Amino acid sequence: MQARYHGVAIALHWLMAALIAGGFALGLIMTELDLSPQKLKLYAWHKWLGVTVFLLLWLRLLVRLIKRAPPPLPAPAWAQRTAAAVHGLLYGLMLLLPVSGWLMSSAAGFQTVWFGVVPLPDLLPKNEAVFETLKAVHEVLGNALALAVMLHVAAALKHHFIDRDHTLARMGLMRRKP
Amino acid sequence: MMRLLLCAIVAWLAWPAAAAEYNRVELAASSIQFISKQMGVPVQGGFGKFTAQVNFDPAKPEAARARVEIDMASIDAGSREANQEVIGKNWFAVKEFPLARFESTSLTPLGGDRYQVRGKLTLRNVTREVSAPFSFRGGVFEGRFIVKRLDYGIGQGVWADVGTVADDVEVRFKFLTLPSK
Repeated sequence: MQARYHGVAIALHWLMAALIAGGFALGLIMTELDLSPQKLKLYAWHKWLGVTVFLLLWLRLLVRLIKRAPPPLPAPAWAQRTAAAVHGLLYGLMLLLPVSGWLMSSAAGFQTVWFGVVPLPDLLPKNEAVFETLKAVHEVLGNALALAVMLHVAAALKHHFIDRDHTLARMGLMRRKP
Repeated sequence: MMRLLLCAIVAWLAWPAAAAEYNRVELAASSIQFISKQMGVPVQGGFGKFTAQVNFDPAKPEAARARVEIDMASIDAGSREANQEVIGKNWFAVKEFPLARFESTSLTPLGGDRYQVRGKLTLRNVTREVSAPFSFRGGVFEGRFIVKRLDYGIGQGVWADVGTVADDVEVRFKFLTLPSK
């Protein structure tokens, strides 16, 4: 039996993957729409997803701290380093992307209210110039996260289908049958 | 005798002040704002241009009158995109209905510096009775009340869905007035 990630870490990984993919898709769609109730809904859902990812990230970091990740499988040093760098990038962007969205919303004069119930404090006053800057930052960070996720997925698939090793399976939702 | 005369003079001097009616509205220091709720998010807006006539004598509050007219094209709904939308036909249809109006019908003292004003609010040519509590301190009238937007046909078509933009809109008003000269 090969070492696997902790069950909670695995659950969080796939849940957050789904939320991030959903949030990214919403972000692409909603910004193309003319003002309508549908647009307001998509923006709200996008923000709710972002706040959820931000909160789950802390839980995930806690789990990672308590239950260490399994040791890396044998691979060349450059691959180990690249994997570590991309993982670091993913964590950093999962933190910065929601924060930039939250700040950007504050600067636009729209408070973020999680699920329409829990208001987040506005850390910035309404300011159009600041909003435009943060909007650009949010977009760049969003595209960076998309790129990092693509690298991450490509590497996982390479390990699974080309190297035929256990890398993907140890993050799998189901235990591989013996 | 001298003292009596002095008292008379003081009383005469004080009389106009005591009887002063507040009727000069300082528009620059006054505001009409509103807070709508979009997907549970309170969004602040307001009006840049309005006129107001107020006659308010603290000694005879029941006789007070107020009339406010708002230039609806001066609306700020919180963002450029929203401003373009709300002047359109689904919302305030500003071309057809350029003015909104409030005219008081009665005023009731609630004790201390608190009062309740009743009146007719006309938006989009629809007139409804409204009532708002307000305070009067140092020439400043300040109060708030809830307008149900659908009562006036504000937000029609797809926007009639109150799950996205709530029916209740809070209106906050503040008028600085000076006593008559």
